[in-house]
Amino acid sequence: MISWQEVAVSFGGRTVVGPLSITVGDGQWVGLIGPNGSGKSTLLKAAVGIVPHDGVVDLGGRERKAGIDIAWMPQRPFLPDEMNVANYVLLGRTPHLGYLGAETRQDLESVERAIDRLELTALSDRALSTLSGGEAQRAVLARALAQESPVLLLDEPTSSLDIGHALEVLEIIDELRNQENLIVITAIHDLTLAGRFADRLILLGAGRVVADGPPGEVLTEEVLIPNYGPGIRVVNNGDGPTVIPTRSRREQFIQPTD
Amino acid sequence: MAAVAALLLVGVLGLLVGSVELAPTGVINALVDRLPLISVDHGLTEVESRLLFELRLPRVVMGGIVGSVLAVAGAGYQGVFRNPLADPYLLGVAAGAGLGATLVIGLGAGSAAIPPVAFAGGVAAVASTYALSRTVGGRTTTSLILAGVAVAAFATAVQTFLLQRNYDTLREVYSWILGRLVTVGWGEVWTLAPYALVAVTVLFLHRRLLDVLGLGDEEATGLGVNVVRVRRLVVLAATLATAAAVSVSGLIGFVGIIVPHTIRLLTGWSYRVIVPLSLVYGATFLILADLGARTLVAPAELPIGVVTAFLGAPFFLLVLRTMRGSS
Repeated sequence: MISWQEVAVSFGGRTVVGPLSITVGDGQWVGLIGPNGSGKSTLLKAAVGIVPHDGVVDLGGRERKAGIDIAWMPQRPFLPDEMNVANYVLLGRTPHLGYLGAETRQDLESVERAIDRLELTALSDRALSTLSGGEAQRAVLARALAQESPVLLLDEPTSSLDIGHALEVLEIIDELRNQENLIVITAIHDLTLAGRFADRLILLGAGRVVADGPPGEVLTEEVLIPNYGPGIRVVNNGDGPTVIPTRSRREQFIQPTD
Repeated sequence: MAAVAALLLVGVLGLLVGSVELAPTGVINALVDRLPLISVDHGLTEVESRLLFELRLPRVVMGGIVGSVLAVAGAGYQGVFRNPLADPYLLGVAAGAGLGATLVIGLGAGSAAIPPVAFAGGVAAVASTYALSRTVGGRTTTSLILAGVAVAAFATAVQTFLLQRNYDTLREVYSWILGRLVTVGWGEVWTLAPYALVAVTVLFLHRRLLDVLGLGDEEATGLGVNVVRVRRLVVLAATLATAAAVSVSGLIGFVGIIVPHTIRLLTGWSYRVIVPLSLVYGATFLILADLGARTLVAPAELPIGVVTAFLGAPFFLLVLRTMRGSS
């Protein structure tokens, strides 16, 4: 399990997240939703230990070792242009290698598995700069999977993917979660997609938890409109709640508040 | 393997070429003769043998070590600063060492004093860069690079001032700045060797981590890497070795940029490959450049820094052009 206990993050004296507490159990998939700037990415970075924070991030009593216990896929990863996919995914093994160690056959097998899982085998020798946006995003995800951590924090894992590939990638993650009882936490803007895969949605607003519950309870017009503004309609059909944008917003456009 | 073969070939070539002609078979036999447990009749005279082992061999070995150090340190700096234009002189080593050498020459102290003072100057300049960046902007690489620019500019200004005041030393300082392997004997080789060994070992062991740093501080931290520690160690090792190299050979430019970049363009982006190959090709390149320095305007010698730029720049452009064209 992973839990944020009274975690707060401030930049330059201004609190941007929290203090908030969230606990996620093993095998659970949580969708982190909320408007731009609501603190989704910062919350994930605090868990990885990249941004300094108050409070505690607890991993069931285990000491938090960056990269081993938590694999993090950044929203805007830096891709070294000329590095090839296989070498890039291999970087995901870094936390397992020790300070000056070299990769073993086992590490190379993990890399191969991750590449295979995301159907990148044919591209493994290609330079990152030659990949399409979707292929690059799958390469980043493969790097995170190669870490083989019990907790996967994915910041917008499908933002560059078309709907077909997005579904495919989320299915792969779901399959992994079920096989390995992983904790998956995804920050994601597509509310409908979030609701299809997550067991639980947490809506952040201005750094605090505004709503927390199963998709059916969070994806309602009553919850979403006060946070995202008008122009949202939620339809329930057989597949679960579907969030539909409408044009009514044009007449009553509100200035975004900071 | 091909790289090592090229290095050996160029090394032997470096021994053969010079103002006095030596028989190729004699040179090779004489080298083999020096190997433990092997005795071969090489047929070189006493004078030829001394020329080979006390003048040419140390010069070739020195060229190889300096070339390796500059190329590997350049690769390290580029990795740590994620900047393709970083070279081992980035944080002020060259300017500091140059100021040191100018002081020694200007004060009329013997040329034996140049290496230690140049070394001290180079290390002091980088230490000031570090201290300065701490006071202005914490631990970001940008503040470090900017501090390096400031320190280098300051040291160069002082150096220029000293040169203006002691016009008669200009020529000597200028020839030092352009780099040379002329006065090299075994003593200088043994002075440099420990620094080179430590730096090359540290960089070799960190080559995988340099790849991780390429992702940026946040992602590298997320992968469990202590970014600040790795950066400090690599810069420290590369700086000490560069200062040692500069102190005995003067400022030899371009090696630290051209060699790692050519390898990067030809083999792809991974320091796991770039660091070891820079070691070998850096040595090969500098021995070759020294060969050019000795022969192009014989019997005079060109400063080696001129040759590295003269040969290196067009070659580098050629590689750049071919690679961009094919990708």
